[in-house]
Amino acid sequence: MNLAAATNESLAHTSNVLIYSSMAVYTLAFFAHIAEWVLGSRSKVGRTAAALSGAGAASAAAPVVKARSGGTAVLERPEVITRAAAGTRDVPDGPGAAGGTFKGDLWGRIAISLTVVAFLVEAGGVATRALSVQRAPWANMYEFSITFSTVAVGSYLVLLSLKKNVRWIGLPLVTTVLLDLGIAVTTLYTDSDQLVPALHSYWLWIHVSTAIICGAVFYLGAVGTVLYLFRDSYENKLASGGTPGRFASSVMERLPSASSLDKFAYRINAAVFPLWTFTIIAGAIWAGDAWGRYWGWDPKEVWSFITWVAYAAYLHARATAGWKGRKAAYLALAAFACWLFNYYGVNIFVSGLHSYAGV
Amino acid sequence: MSKSNSAETRQREDERAQGSAHGAAGDRLSTAPREERPDTGAGVPAMSVIGWVRWFWRQLTSMRVALILLFLLSLGAIPGSLIPQNSVDDMKVQAFKDQHTTLTPVYEKLQLFDVYSSVWFSAIYILLFVSLIGCIVPRTGQFVGQLRSRPPGAPKRLTRLPAYTTWRTEAEPEEVREAALAVLRKRRFRTHEVDDAVAAEKGYLREAGNLVFHIALIVMLVAFASGQLFKFEGGKLVVEGDGFSNTLTQYDDYKPGTLYDSDSLAPFSFVLDDFVGTYEKSGPQRGTPRTFEARVTYSEGADGAERKGVIKVNEPLVVDGTKVYLIAHGYAPVVTVRDGEGKVVSRSAVPLLPIDNNITSSGAIKVMDGYKDKKGVKTQLGFKAFFVPTFAGHGKGQMFSQFPGLDFPVLALSAYQGSLGVDSGLAQNVYQLDTSKMKEFKDEDGELLKKMLMPGEKLDLSDGAGSITFEGVEEWASFQISQQPGTGWALGGAIAAIAGLAGSLFIQRRRVWVRAVRGADGVTVVEMAGLGRSESAKLPEELGDLLAALVTTAPVATDATNEAGSRPVHPAEAPAEGAEK
Ligand code: HEM
Repeated sequence: MNLAAATNESLAHTSNVLIYSSMAVYTLAFFAHIAEWVLGSRSKVGRTAAALSGAGAASAAAPVVKARSGGTAVLERPEVITRAAAGTRDVPDGPGAAGGTFKGDLWGRIAISLTVVAFLVEAGGVATRALSVQRAPWANMYEFSITFSTVAVGSYLVLLSLKKNVRWIGLPLVTTVLLDLGIAVTTLYTDSDQLVPALHSYWLWIHVSTAIICGAVFYLGAVGTVLYLFRDSYENKLASGGTPGRFASSVMERLPSASSLDKFAYRINAAVFPLWTFTIIAGAIWAGDAWGRYWGWDPKEVWSFITWVAYAAYLHARATAGWKGRKAAYLALAAFACWLFNYYGVNIFVSGLHSYAGV
Repeated sequence: MSKSNSAETRQREDERAQGSAHGAAGDRLSTAPREERPDTGAGVPAMSVIGWVRWFWRQLTSMRVALILLFLLSLGAIPGSLIPQNSVDDMKVQAFKDQHTTLTPVYEKLQLFDVYSSVWFSAIYILLFVSLIGCIVPRTGQFVGQLRSRPPGAPKRLTRLPAYTTWRTEAEPEEVREAALAVLRKRRFRTHEVDDAVAAEKGYLREAGNLVFHIALIVMLVAFASGQLFKFEGGKLVVEGDGFSNTLTQYDDYKPGTLYDSDSLAPFSFVLDDFVGTYEKSGPQRGTPRTFEARVTYSEGADGAERKGVIKVNEPLVVDGTKVYLIAHGYAPVVTVRDGEGKVVSRSAVPLLPIDNNITSSGAIKVMDGYKDKKGVKTQLGFKAFFVPTFAGHGKGQMFSQFPGLDFPVLALSAYQGSLGVDSGLAQNVYQLDTSKMKEFKDEDGELLKKMLMPGEKLDLSDGAGSITFEGVEEWASFQISQQPGTGWALGGAIAAIAGLAGSLFIQRRRVWVRAVRGADGVTVVEMAGLGRSESAKLPEELGDLLAALVTTAPVATDATNEAGSRPVHPAEAPAEGAEK
């Protein structure tokens, strides 16, 4: 064995150690999030319920006014008042998992810090994997999975750093990242290796990286959509005078309002859709070079197309009266399910030209 | 209880009002088609034919039907990914048919082996595209109309809009409106003054982007369809040292599009100088291919200058708009056949077909003419050939290759003579030997004559009938040569689609109004409000910026001026919409 091969092997080993370490840290983050939710449940918020049932309703429907005591400065600026568009329920966002409690908030911050650490470690794992094989780290499902969760967490952290209201994603995200990594290291693991000639192309960098980014961000959108559906039923129940169970109330009232979640999911999906379009087109160009045809209805191509059309249907539904809201949300989830099937299902159950080393 | 009901009714009415709750102010803020509500009169057309046609057309071009068609399109694409398709792999289709004898007739009837060219799939996308055209044309007209006209005047009650602000100022109303016009124009709003207010609008690119996107979809479809009709695709296997020139007769097989004209084959030729394949030598991935390269010398035109080129798996050679792809490769043992007198009858490299990843190959060596047996009678020779580039060694199980590289090549032959059946008029597979009219050569034991040869070794035919020598090994590569018109258009359409989509999704179309009137006490009251296509956090921010710019010319009046009137009109005091009922 020559020297280069030896360093590669040790890099690959380092990568594995880093991935396992990141899983350990994600697990800690998971428990910190649980602590955040548990401690937060002790606060008595009850805002949503107040806003939606009886007494609170009238005041909730009024515009949110940020009054400022009028000074005499000549350049004083009046406030801009916003009001939800008619037709949407005007409910304030929940206070977040910590429920406004100091301790809950502290644990939430610890969870985020741990997530940052885990993210850096995982990113290190992906990078060393890339170095060990001296190519883009996404030639098989193992590499695809570790990159995927890294990008998902990275996008979440970017949104957090932009001061977007996304802390509520923390727990579901960390949970699924653990799941993803668990599957990756157990069933999907493939030893680090070079590429077969068909994958030797700069299009690998372009096409596959954008595919992973799309999936990871679509995933964040899907989490938003699922929570929207729960929160929406919760609000509907309250609005019609029902009383949701105590656990449901405790969790739901701390989430952002249904309309905020819906908007979040829409923005995410709409923002990624052009990139997904690009991914498919880039794939077609690559296929044109690699296989001599741009589009040949290979199973992977078919499912990318289905995913694309499903997201297009979702965007249309959002613009169609009678289809926005819950129905559109179901479409968005179906679209994401198509993406997932394209990623796991097609590789495992359907044989086609897109087969990788390993699985 | 009743409260929430009334809210819901209101919501429904709002949606009916074209997705905008703000009446005229939100009018024409998009060109989306007006919704036909399923429960209203739209379902009962007049009984005349024209009435029906109109009704059908209105349905087809509604957003709801577009949505349903999109949904059907994705649903319809699914079976094609699960059931083998003729267009992708007809061998697999045949295997499936052999296995499922009861399902096959049903599937055939439903065209499930040709989903993407089936009547029903075509119907879905053709309807969708008709709907699309029916949608784009009026929307484009509408949009042009909007570009020509001016943003609508300010609604009476600006307080109801999603973003709102107000203040009192010492500046004259005219002054404020002038300043507002200037500020808004500087920010590239389209503005004009109606009565006591300035109306402004921005973000038309959203609509333009949306239209460009939908038109680009049509361009892509047309490009793709015409590409299919006018394409040419053919395959050719070339052994190292041999050449190919682009005329129909040289192809092993070809698939032209329906409207393809064979005169338009680009005149070029190439010679395969060398094929290089390398494979992982060790480790768990031993044998995995690492590089495939076909080194060629090609010349463009009938007698153009010769040039060197390399064709790789991802890098086709492009000559005169035609692309030459490297599709497959294998080995071609070079054999020399001699007759009983030692005269060379034929010497050629015979391409064999790989049957596994380690390029264990099989095929047939045929000597059509030139051979005479001992009695001087003309006959034909045939050999079944089995080749491994890397032999495991004698006594080590079956003769299957251990590695795809040429480490220990062995050629196994068995010999026949008689009629190859080539003249029977039936198309013959060059890789198979039809032994129905042939006689086996026998060895001393009366068995079929066969032998494993290493390069340089020869197999002597029984009774001095001649010999066949395994001289060495060449490699072959097979190429797909395709000419696909319309790809430029498809690519252009794709780029336009992405650009249009980005415009459509990232640009907000919004309106801003600034009203300035003299209050009862003589102090000017300024109201400013914004309305977007959908709620956006950016709209209030933008309004804040505009405000910041405006208060420099129209400063907020100080409290000292007039105790009673100086407090801005508290918007909460204006009855909010939800609280009205
Ligand atoms: C060929 C299939 C089609 C695809 C893939 C498609 C895709 C899309 C996408 C991705 C959007 C989102 C852009 C946005 O929200 O601004 C959109 C918007 C839109 N589409 Fe389509 N579309 C198709 C067919 C149609 C048809 C047949 C119609 C007309 C009935 C139509 C009318 C519209 C309209 C009006 C919008 C704008 C919605 C809005 O203003 O928010 N589309 N389309």
